[in-house]
Amino acid sequence: MIAAELLARAAFREGKSVQSFPFFGVERRGAPVTAFSRIDDRPIRLRTSITTPDIVVVLDPGLLKGVPVTAGAKPGGLLLVNTERTPDRLGIPFDGRVATVDATSIAIAHGLGSLTQPIVNTAILGALARVGGFVGIESVVAAITEAVPAKPEENAAAARDAYAGVLTPAEVVG
Amino acid sequence: MKRKAPRTAEDLRGGLFATVPTDEEGTASWRTITPVIDLSKCTRCNVCWKFCPDVAIGLDGEGFPYVKMEFCKGCGICEHECVPRAIAMVREE
Amino acid sequence: MGTKEIVTGNYAQSFAAKLARVQVISAYPITPQTTIVEKLAEFVSEGELDADFIKVESEHSALQACLSASAVGARTYTATSSQGLLLMHELLFWAAGQRAPVVMGVVNRAVAPPWSIWTDHTDTMAQRDTGWIQVYCESNQEVLDTTLMAFWFAERDDVRLPAMVTEDAFYLSHTVEAVDIPEQREVDDFLPPRPRTHVLEIGKIGRLGSFMGPDLYMEFRYSLAEAMGQARRAILDAEAEFERRFHRSYGGFVELYKADGADAVLVTMGTATSTAREVVDDLREKGKKVGLAKLRVFRPFPAPEMRALAGLTDRLGVLDRSYGFGHGGPAYLEVVGSVAGGPRKPLFRNFIGGLGGRDLTPPVIEGMFDALLAGDGDGDEVTWPDLHRAEEGT
Repeated sequence: MIAAELLARAAFREGKSVQSFPFFGVERRGAPVTAFSRIDDRPIRLRTSITTPDIVVVLDPGLLKGVPVTAGAKPGGLLLVNTERTPDRLGIPFDGRVATVDATSIAIAHGLGSLTQPIVNTAILGALARVGGFVGIESVVAAITEAVPAKPEENAAAARDAYAGVLTPAEVVG
Repeated sequence: MKRKAPRTAEDLRGGLFATVPTDEEGTASWRTITPVIDLSKCTRCNVCWKFCPDVAIGLDGEGFPYVKMEFCKGCGICEHECVPRAIAMVREE
Repeated sequence: MGTKEIVTGNYAQSFAAKLARVQVISAYPITPQTTIVEKLAEFVSEGELDADFIKVESEHSALQACLSASAVGARTYTATSSQGLLLMHELLFWAAGQRAPVVMGVVNRAVAPPWSIWTDHTDTMAQRDTGWIQVYCESNQEVLDTTLMAFWFAERDDVRLPAMVTEDAFYLSHTVEAVDIPEQREVDDFLPPRPRTHVLEIGKIGRLGSFMGPDLYMEFRYSLAEAMGQARRAILDAEAEFERRFHRSYGGFVELYKADGADAVLVTMGTATSTAREVVDDLREKGKKVGLAKLRVFRPFPAPEMRALAGLTDRLGVLDRSYGFGHGGPAYLEVVGSVAGGPRKPLFRNFIGGLGGRDLTPPVIEGMFDALLAGDGDGDEVTWPDLHRAEEGT
């Protein structure tokens, strides 16, 4: 949810209308923690759950095995995954653009969280700034610096590293 | 004996009902951190047993507490209340 | 000028109560209200709000603490939801009868059984007989603004009634969006301190809670009816004053959206209104002449506005996000009741939906408009669209 809220702040800085909310269900072990955002140039009037996202961001690659993370995603959308694998090696069918970033390594490198519990949300936002096409890295960094609960510089740096390091299929060499 | 999970208004005509007995269903799926009790520090004061909101701590024949893993939701109240600090909440993998 | 912040509906309530300089807060936590009061507690402990925070063991005690403080002139605030509001029920009548202008934030949440934390209007609808002013908001900005206005109109001397500002669980309470938070100075100019009339004071004779026989009880209840009538005027005056200063308003009791000349109009409350605006625009683009009426203030019930609405269209539907076992849902009954005495009676339809957090999606709302447009003299007056039913013949 922090990621969704930071994203809202970043987009808001660019004059967009924003709406972010957590999964409106019961959080349970085994069920992924999910958050949602709507971003638009016009005021946002829809107030419903999101079932057909344009963009799916997966922070925990372990989810790819058992959870239908791309269910309902609109054709031609974007799938951004935190993984050390490259987009061509992701192995999940997706009708749209696929991007990957090793947010976990970036987070660890900046001392965010631990090996077992890395805090990847700010890194992933940096990647989203590059491949999402709807919010810029400076806005993301500003939102992180202003609102992240701890370690603003490290989180901002992680976002910048992910911005630089995110991969789309066109960029995979070999 | 497992009943089918309700899905429609017709299924609920008789009122609310359980599909499995509670000892089969458990309420542990919320848990992400688990209490670990160091019995060497435990004084058997019974505070953890008393404070557990889910009655998920039992007392064995010698009066030592044990956690009923099928019910514990990992709220951490036992760790907070334990007088001799014998309980630690540990993240599960 | 205010500052725009990204906040939840719950925090919008907290900021409003802080800006209103409430003096006494007493509340008990319940999902999904808890963060309203946590934020207020933070304001108090950080010294940003000079208020007494009274910790209590239940919602019943919370409201009682507010009523006692209010009786001696304090500006008071509390917040609750669902079971907590139900627990306060007997004291809600006290608040109105005592003429205590308590402002309460209520997060609309379903009532048990079975346990549900999700949005539903049953909790607040079940209090419609208590004498509280009731407003249903559709955005976080409206939540903040209405809470500020609530102190203004509730405390006016000719009103002195408690007011609940309601927001849908999760869709507003836990959703962040940009909200303009006014400056303290601007709010101070809009909202003066609570007038010290009709309060218990040392040295003055006063009494609360008298005994009253059949020769006078009715007259007392009539005085409350008159006060609620005065509230109509005060709510409009508050909005005019608020708009003058903050340049925002919400259409008073009933806000019409593309309803004039529509073939069918749907009356909605709370966040369903917000989604329904999108549906109206979509259907209009497809050539269907439909409109929307946002029922914002439920108490005092805007009968004149409903009667006027009935004159604008041949088909009037009401979406109830609660069910009260009457001939249709509570909002439907009041809409029909207020139109019945008027000259024009459109075709009426009641849609019961969105209970217990069931999402009111554009397709479901579009279905309601289609049912309205297709409706004739026959056909079910009250339906539950999106109800999960067994297949026919199974």
